[in-house]
Order: sequence, then structure tokens, then C-alpha cells
Amino acid sequence: MGKVIVVTSGKGGVGKTTSSAALGAALAQRGEKVVVVDFDVGLRNLDLVMGAERRVVYDLVNVIQGEAKLTQALIRDKRLETLFLLPASQTRDKDALTPEGVELVMAELKRVFDWVICDSPAGIERGATLAMRHADMAVVVTNPEVSSVRDSDRIIGLLDSKTLKAERGERMEKHLLLTRYDPNRAERGDMLKVEDVLEILSIPLIGIIPESMDVLRASNIGAPVTLADARSAPAMAYFDAARRLAGEVLPITIPGEKRGLFGKIFGRRAA
Amino acid sequence: MTKVLTDARSIRIKGRSFLAVVLSPDLPFDDWLARLDDLASRSAGFFLGRPVVLDVTDLPIDRAQLKDLVGELAKRNVTIMGVEGARPSILGPGMPPALKGGRPVSDDAVAKEPIIELHNAPAKPVVESRPAPQSIIIREPVRSGQSVIFPEGDVTVIGSVASGAEIIAGGSIHIYGTLRGRAMAGSVGNAAARIFCRKLEAELLAIDGIYKMAEDMAPDLRGRSVQLWLEGESIMAEKLI
Repeated sequence: MGKVIVVTSGKGGVGKTTSSAALGAALAQRGEKVVVVDFDVGLRNLDLVMGAERRVVYDLVNVIQGEAKLTQALIRDKRLETLFLLPASQTRDKDALTPEGVELVMAELKRVFDWVICDSPAGIERGATLAMRHADMAVVVTNPEVSSVRDSDRIIGLLDSKTLKAERGERMEKHLLLTRYDPNRAERGDMLKVEDVLEILSIPLIGIIPESMDVLRASNIGAPVTLADARSAPAMAYFDAARRLAGEVLPITIPGEKRGLFGKIFGRRAA
Repeated sequence: MTKVLTDARSIRIKGRSFLAVVLSPDLPFDDWLARLDDLASRSAGFFLGRPVVLDVTDLPIDRAQLKDLVGELAKRNVTIMGVEGARPSILGPGMPPALKGGRPVSDDAVAKEPIIELHNAPAKPVVESRPAPQSIIIREPVRSGQSVIFPEGDVTVIGSVASGAEIIAGGSIHIYGTLRGRAMAGSVGNAAARIFCRKLEAELLAIDGIYKMAEDMAPDLRGRSVQLWLEGESIMAEKLI
């Protein structure tokens, strides 16, 4: 049985879709069978980030409504043969998702794949709650700023009450993925510090993804950053996060902290 | 060091429990109303001046049906103070407000009320009882958007209370972590209740209905271990350690 991970945040624009694609591609490069499911019905983006927008025929809503078989809707990545995408529908809205339909799809995906990564829409409504409903573990994507942190806190509360796992009285495993971390701004003190975010959210950290042009460049060419430029700083951080998701224990480095005096001076000037 | 945090006069907002009778109608409403009339004829004035809550949980009715029912009940001098278990879409302006969180009570708690049963469908009287002092312990952080409401006594949180979360206690509140949200102690009228926290970053504090917002708090208390209590109409604060 595969593991279901929900990538969620509450707030929009913090990097859920980028992180879903990057973690999915990182796990698939370990040889494990991965499907990334877009729950953002009506505002789908994951197909673009994964470079599959011209290959979408059937989608999650078609499968839920019985208009297509799951195998017809799944899109295999052209670069990684163990990576699949289940796209959302762009022409429908979140009401097209039914709890029963999502349950059937998730059960089937869990049977076939090692990892089912659910890319949640922003917000705390139907789309987001259905994306988290069947999760075994959660990746909470947070930017180091107060509104993102508070929204993440709200989502953690929902993960602990509205998921099947919580309703069965089990503990939902939650991991914090800090994205868009800018070492220069952190140094100047105009961004929340890593330890402050951890103190507020009090869930374990699985990675700090530095703010980088590489992420934007990867999105624009339609490739997860872990495929587009595997040696870039954000890609390396995503690879480490994927290893931690798979259960490995690795020390976490805060970007920018290893720099020497020269780097600090350079960093200040550059900012 | 002790600081007076409030003006002499402030607005008092309190929680209070009332006894309410809950009516659970069933479909079709005509039959149910006939049974209600039968009951009323045997016990004149049972509903007179009584707060009555309508429980429509799981009833497949629309807004017009609910409005009719409320109207029919009003003709019988039964005034509905709230509706429990209704979808938000069937309530609205001109309708009684939605209520939730009602708790059933044992029959002896309502013994001083006349016990009358409808045929087949007993009316379920509900009261908020006043049991002996109690306390609850929450072993996890209270997250943004969550409320802990415990009118019966003390609340202890082992962890932080997030911005946008709230604790409402009938007794004292103890936070072994950072208090960033709201804390309201002594909410059912207990001036002796206190608030304790390991680190004060609260948005709002209240004891026995006396409120204080973050900007009214002395800046040197922020981020410190603090206890707060009430003296007359003023919230007092003292650093611990």
C-alpha cells in the first residue's frame, strides 16, 4: 500500500504546486512509483509546472464522475517513467469533487503507487479538506512571514480534526517545508527566523527551500526543479526533503549560515 | 511589579447559561403540530415565556418549510429563540439565529421542570447545569481558528495558544507556552479567576467580562511570564520570575 501525502498551506502562492512537483520528481528519481494529484479544480497549475498541459485528455473530475477510467486520466512523465500526473479539471469547480468519488480514486491510487502526492488548493474549503481527507502524512508549506505562518497553523488544526486519520483517533504525521527562504532578508531581520516559525508551528522541519530564480525558470520550462536543474540549491533542498519524507535522518542546514565573512559582505551589497 | 491595566469604566461582556427546551419536530409537520396541540391542551401554557430551541438536525426541509413551521409555532405562542442543526442556507434575516454546542442533561437536572412527554416523540429539555469545579488539560498547541470553551472550570494548556485561537474558561487559564491568541477567564462571572502564561503575546485578555486589548498592555510585559487578575474593575498584571 502506498503512502498518501497532502501538500497544503492554507495561504495561496507559497509554493504548494512547485513543492508537489519537485518532491514527486525527487521521489520518482529514487525509483519509486509516484503520482501527483492536482486537487485545484478550476485553477489547475500542476500540469503546467510538470510540462504536461498539452497531454491532458481526461482529469480527476472525469474519473470521479465515471466518465473515464483512472488509467485513461493518468499522464506518464516523458522524462521519468515512474512519475505520473493526475490533472484537475480547469472547466469545473470544487463542487464537482465528491467525498465518495475522491475516496474511490485514492484507494485505487494507493494500490498501484508507492507515493500519492495530493497538491491541495489554497483555502480551507471543500477542495482543501478533500485533498487532506485521506492523507497518511502532511507537508505544510510555509513562507517565513506572519500571514503564511498563521494560515499554516490553521491548516495544522484542520489536519488534526478533519482528516480520516484524526477521526479514527490516530496521529497525523505533519512536516514543515519552509519555502522562499531568503538568506539576505533573514540576515537583515525583515523575515521571520527559522526558529521563530518552528516555535509557533511546533511541527518537525523537513526542509528549507531557498528563494531562487532556478524555481521560476523551472516552472517556465515546465519541469519540476528537481528535474530541470538537479544541482541547483532549491533542487538539492527538495532532494533532501524527499529523503526525509522517506524516513532518512539528515541534518538540516539553514541557507546562508555557512557563508564566511566575505559572503556576508557580498550578500549585503547584493541585496 | 504591579500595573493597573484598565480604566475605571469599561464594557462588560459575559457568558451566561440559560435553560432552554429543545423541540425536535419530525415530518410531516402537520402530524407533529397536531401532537403538539394535544400536548398543549393538556398542559396550558407550557411553552409560555420559555426559551425554546428548534432542533432540525437531519430534517430534509427547505427555507419556506422552516419559516412556515416557525410561523405555526408562533401562532401557538411558542417563540423560537434559535435553531439547532440547520444548514446556513435555510436561515437568514427574519429567522431565529443558528445555535450549536447544546449539551443534553440528565433528567434529574430538569426535575424542577414539569416532565411532560409527547406521544412517540418526547420533548428533550436541555439545560446547562452547574456541576462541581472541574478542570481540563490540553496537551497540544491550540491552533489558529480553534476555540477551547470550558465554562465549568480551569483550562490548562501544555503548549502555545496561536494567534487567532481562543480559550474561554469559567475558571482560571494556565498556558505553559506562548499566549498569542485570546484568553478569557472567569467567563461565567468569576472575578477570582486568573490568567497565567509563560510568554505573553496575547491579542486580547479578559477576566470576568473586563477586556483588555494588546495595545493597552504595558509594553514591558510582552514576551514575559505573566499572571493577570482582577481588582475591582481593573486587570492587574505581574511578571512571574
